[in-house]
Amino acid sequence: MKYAALVYYQESLIAAMTDQEWHDLNQECVAGVERLTEQGHFLGGQALQPVESAVSVRLRDGEPLVSDGPFAETKEQLAGFYLLEARDLNEALRLAGRIPPARFGTVEVRPIRELPPRDPAPETAPSRPPTGGEIP
Amino acid sequence: MSMEQQIERLYRQHSARVLATLIRLTGDFDLAEEAMQEAFASAVQQWPGEGVPEHPVAWLIRVGQRRGVDQIRRRQVIRRHAREQPPLEEEPPRAGLDAVTIQDDMLRLLFTCCHPALAMADRVALTLREMCGLTTEQVAAALLARPATLAQRIVRAKRRLRELGLPYEVPEAAALPERLTGVLRVLYLVFNEGYSRSDGEALLDVSLAEEAIRTARALVELLPRGEAFGLLALMLLHDARRAARQGADGELIPLEEQDRGRWDRERIEEGRAWLARALELTPTGPYTLQASIAAVHAEAPRAEATDWGRIVRLYAALQRRQPSPVVALNQAVAVAMRDTPEAGLHQLATLGDEAALADYHLFHAARADLLRRAGRSDEARLAYRQALALCGQGAERRYLERRLAELER
Repeated sequence: MKYAALVYYQESLIAAMTDQEWHDLNQECVAGVERLTEQGHFLGGQALQPVESAVSVRLRDGEPLVSDGPFAETKEQLAGFYLLEARDLNEALRLAGRIPPARFGTVEVRPIRELPPRDPAPETAPSRPPTGGEIP
Repeated sequence: MSMEQQIERLYRQHSARVLATLIRLTGDFDLAEEAMQEAFASAVQQWPGEGVPEHPVAWLIRVGQRRGVDQIRRRQVIRRHAREQPPLEEEPPRAGLDAVTIQDDMLRLLFTCCHPALAMADRVALTLREMCGLTTEQVAAALLARPATLAQRIVRAKRRLRELGLPYEVPEAAALPERLTGVLRVLYLVFNEGYSRSDGEALLDVSLAEEAIRTARALVELLPRGEAFGLLALMLLHDARRAARQGADGELIPLEEQDRGRWDRERIEEGRAWLARALELTPTGPYTLQASIAAVHAEAPRAEATDWGRIVRLYAALQRRQPSPVVALNQAVAVAMRDTPEAGLHQLATLGDEAALADYHLFHAARADLLRRAGRSDEARLAYRQALALCGQGAERRYLERRLAELER
């Protein structure tokens, strides 16, 4: 099964780190991703810039509403995400527990919801004749 | 015993075993449950004519598995028509039916019902429903919930098991101690739910305390760990006092005033035997320490003969293992009993600032009792009133009201 591991922590904790501590934490994360990749568990993921860089967008009445800041203020901030392949929840939790920020933040594990297959094209619909680059 | 009674007894004793294995074989809680019910229905039809098979549990599992496989095929046909998907041609896994596998399945079921990914209330409901084999109505009555609400809770919990991809397994060795602690916590919660509500429970046909003890007995056979023995011992030693802890009017009778002749000696002996097993294994965990304290009370022929010095030491050990304001409260009461009420009050005074205790009725009740013993009646009355203001439970309220009335005479 596929699981998302969403990494949250208080950015103030990171801000309080020395350069060396921050460097070591990053190296630990890099090594962790390498290990997950070798074991076939890592399907994707990235670290994120601090939440102050966030911009939110919503579409209301067809109009995009852009605002600065995250959608919701939270005690811990989203700092990165992993897409993991795991046999079951227990394995996913084991893997997520080894993501370094789990020591001082929270790693939220969620099963991936597969979207349903695309609806078949209605057979009654008239098939569009081949057009020569005509824009509808 | 009539055949019907035999089958009913078998259901009470072994339905969880049959279900646990069928869940593994079919990979589906609901399907397994249906299959189990059908297997027992077949037994009711066939056994009166053919006699009880030599290995009834294995028979039930085999029949249940066949029903389950039929059901899977039927579903696949429906799905095929609905979605034009090729059927799964996979052969159902062959039933491993030896005793060891069936026991492992019981553990799988228990660990799955008590998985920390479920809310505590879900864990309790699932354990009672699936592990103890109670009906939804019985679980609802025992937990004071409406049957419809509880049925919904169970459906949601099972869906969550499926959607999260919770494995049907006993956790690996590294995770086992922590997960076992989680299972024991659920069982203790079930026990306490029944124990603390003994006045309402008389009306029910199931006893939560009894179910918790039954499940713990099964657990220690499957997983002989110190704390599992310790919890079973603790529950038995507490339950042994059941008949003596409530007066005719349903008021709570404190330990020192209980008629010790009404304590269930058989339960006490069983509890002490499990405690001895627990103490053979190190490290000594919190349940084992609490059982040791209960055993000290059980060994005292009269309240005055209680070895309070030993109880104070055990509470100190418990406080080191699992620090909590409630343990500190109990230790202070034990100090009062060993030395003087004033000594206990002195220790309580250091705890009064703890926010966790300020709203805890037993803190004020304990303080009130010590003030009463110390002859400080005015302060005692005030403390009993504070306790009453925070206490909602019938039997305990009646006890506090009685004490208050005695002081106001």
